[in-house]
Amino acid sequence: MSERSQSFGALVWREFRKNRRALASLYGILALLAVAVFADLIANDMPYYVVVGGRTYYPIALDYGSWLGLTSWPEPLRDVDFKKLQAERAWFPPIPFKPRRADLSEESFSPPSARHWLGTDQLGRDVASGMVHGARISLTIGIVVAAIQLTVGIFLGGLAGYYGGWIDLALSRVFELMLAIPTFFLIVTVAAVLPPSLYNVMAILGLTGWVGVARFIRSEFFKLRSLDFVVAARALGLSNAALMFRQILPNALAPVLVTASFTVASAILAESALSFLGIGVPADLVTWGSILAVSEQNTFAWWLAVFPGFAIFFTVTAYNLLGDGLRDALDPRLRV
Amino acid sequence: MLAYAVRRILLMIPTFVGVTFIAFLIMHLAPGDPVEMYFHGGLAAGVSGASPERLAEIQRAKQQERHRLGLDRPLPAQYAIWFKRLVTLDLGESFKDRRQVWDKIRERLPVTITLNVISLLITYLIAIPLGIYSSVRPRSWPDSIITTLVFMLYSLPSFWVGTLILIYFCGGDYFLWFPPAGLHSLDYESTWPLWRRLGDYSWHIAMPVLCETYAAFAALSRYMRSSMLENALQDYVRTARAKGLSERVVVLKHILRNSLIPMVTLLADLLPSLVGGSLIVETIFSVPGIGQLGYQAVLARDYPVVLGLFAISSALTLLGILIADLLLAVVDPRISFAAAER
Repeated sequence: MSERSQSFGALVWREFRKNRRALASLYGILALLAVAVFADLIANDMPYYVVVGGRTYYPIALDYGSWLGLTSWPEPLRDVDFKKLQAERAWFPPIPFKPRRADLSEESFSPPSARHWLGTDQLGRDVASGMVHGARISLTIGIVVAAIQLTVGIFLGGLAGYYGGWIDLALSRVFELMLAIPTFFLIVTVAAVLPPSLYNVMAILGLTGWVGVARFIRSEFFKLRSLDFVVAARALGLSNAALMFRQILPNALAPVLVTASFTVASAILAESALSFLGIGVPADLVTWGSILAVSEQNTFAWWLAVFPGFAIFFTVTAYNLLGDGLRDALDPRLRV
Repeated sequence: MLAYAVRRILLMIPTFVGVTFIAFLIMHLAPGDPVEMYFHGGLAAGVSGASPERLAEIQRAKQQERHRLGLDRPLPAQYAIWFKRLVTLDLGESFKDRRQVWDKIRERLPVTITLNVISLLITYLIAIPLGIYSSVRPRSWPDSIITTLVFMLYSLPSFWVGTLILIYFCGGDYFLWFPPAGLHSLDYESTWPLWRRLGDYSWHIAMPVLCETYAAFAALSRYMRSSMLENALQDYVRTARAKGLSERVVVLKHILRNSLIPMVTLLADLLPSLVGGSLIVETIFSVPGIGQLGYQAVLARDYPVVLGLFAISSALTLLGILIADLLLAVVDPRISFAAAER
């Protein structure tokens, strides 16, 4: 196969695929994404379908529908505990528990068993269910934070690098400011003074870590803006915005993907650290970090320390190895 | 060089003002009034049933306290006063125990700095050889193992590892191999011979240092690896090989020397973690450093202490960035001071 016939993406993919470690990470992340997307179908206290009085209902679908405001609960199912419901037939998800509902009928701190695969916490909440729904929280935080950081970083870094001059001088002071601020201390401070909410946590993490991207994009724009293809595009009368985002940015973007992967990893770590410290994240929300925090006070409950700890560890490792594999795949020096 | 340094220091002043002003705004716009908190813990505890005269008295006392702390002035004025005092190294007094903030920070700063310097040294001593080793044959199995290993270490949450170490190795219900808290044994005396004091100290900081170092190997060794790979493609390396130098000399003498240059700038990137990075580790292991002080101050809404910490750690970081830039220009003759801003 000739080198010339391949697009850049195909070339990178071919290099990336050679790296088994990174490929395994990619599949791991995709699997985790699937868990996060289908969390309600994997761990839920409602059945997929239930037959009551000769009629068949689909409670999980109904739940989504009523959440969207499209459907309402039929009379026999309204505010009902499905496990106590006298139904002719019911098919429950593999983990028949909701993560948030404190269940006083369940034993608290019960070790892993056939009923609770990964045990229960101090309120009798099922840990396996908390882990499945925690994946959703962790991944959402990671992806949203990376998106915010990339947007801010690309925009400010692009402005500084494209225009140069006093805009660059002023923006560089802002970058220096973000660099000089003790980031994690800032995150802890802001998270502690704001009312606890996941949105706040995403905003704080997103608005603090973008300076690396900004500095990288700035130096790329510096390099690229005087190249011939940009000069030619300018001569054709393209606007500054079009030059910045349609001509220069695509040429600087590939390495940013690497950063994005690392950013997702560090955002997941930071969120779990905040959950562990018990600041920023609402107290009734079950996250990987909050399960770990319970284990700190109750050292005998090893299952509360082991499962979420490894979940964080594997997720973060996967994103980091994915980023590293991407970086190698994009690096022409390693191409043979 | 002096002119460059002066110019850089002048440019750092607006940055420093910016950092402290942001910290100031966050602390003052946040819900939660320190005077209310102070009173709730003490004088005004359980006054809901008190007489109107008593309530008015409490209101007056709160007002007085706000005035004394300067909290009744407009924000910019408060900031100006705070900054003016800062110039004379007066950071005000802690809301919590009325002690001078500067004193509180000064007695804890050496602890954190020692901890961080030791951690940094260990990180560099381990990560750089790792980076060199994995660059010699990129994508070979040793490189693969090192990469996987450092990334796994990097991905281990330090609060998790710290807690596990505390539970299993520091007393708890399992082994007592390391002390669970503090920096000195209970029977510590300053008259102990030096080796005994050093031994006691290293026994106490071993686990905190471990928790602060293991995650940093990844970044440093990967940077070292790519720096080595970049230099390995240069012409002078081909020349060195062509004239018959052994591979060992080529790698350890020619490539290594040039690859170490970017490592200097990484020092500046590692410095901002001085407070934040130690926050979790110091809290878990009860190390009386500024990370722990900061965390406690944030939870107690002790504005002057939090502000003081932001000011000091950002000043140290800016200084670190400057030193790293100057060092870079010293070790790399290609970088001229005039162009270093770029």
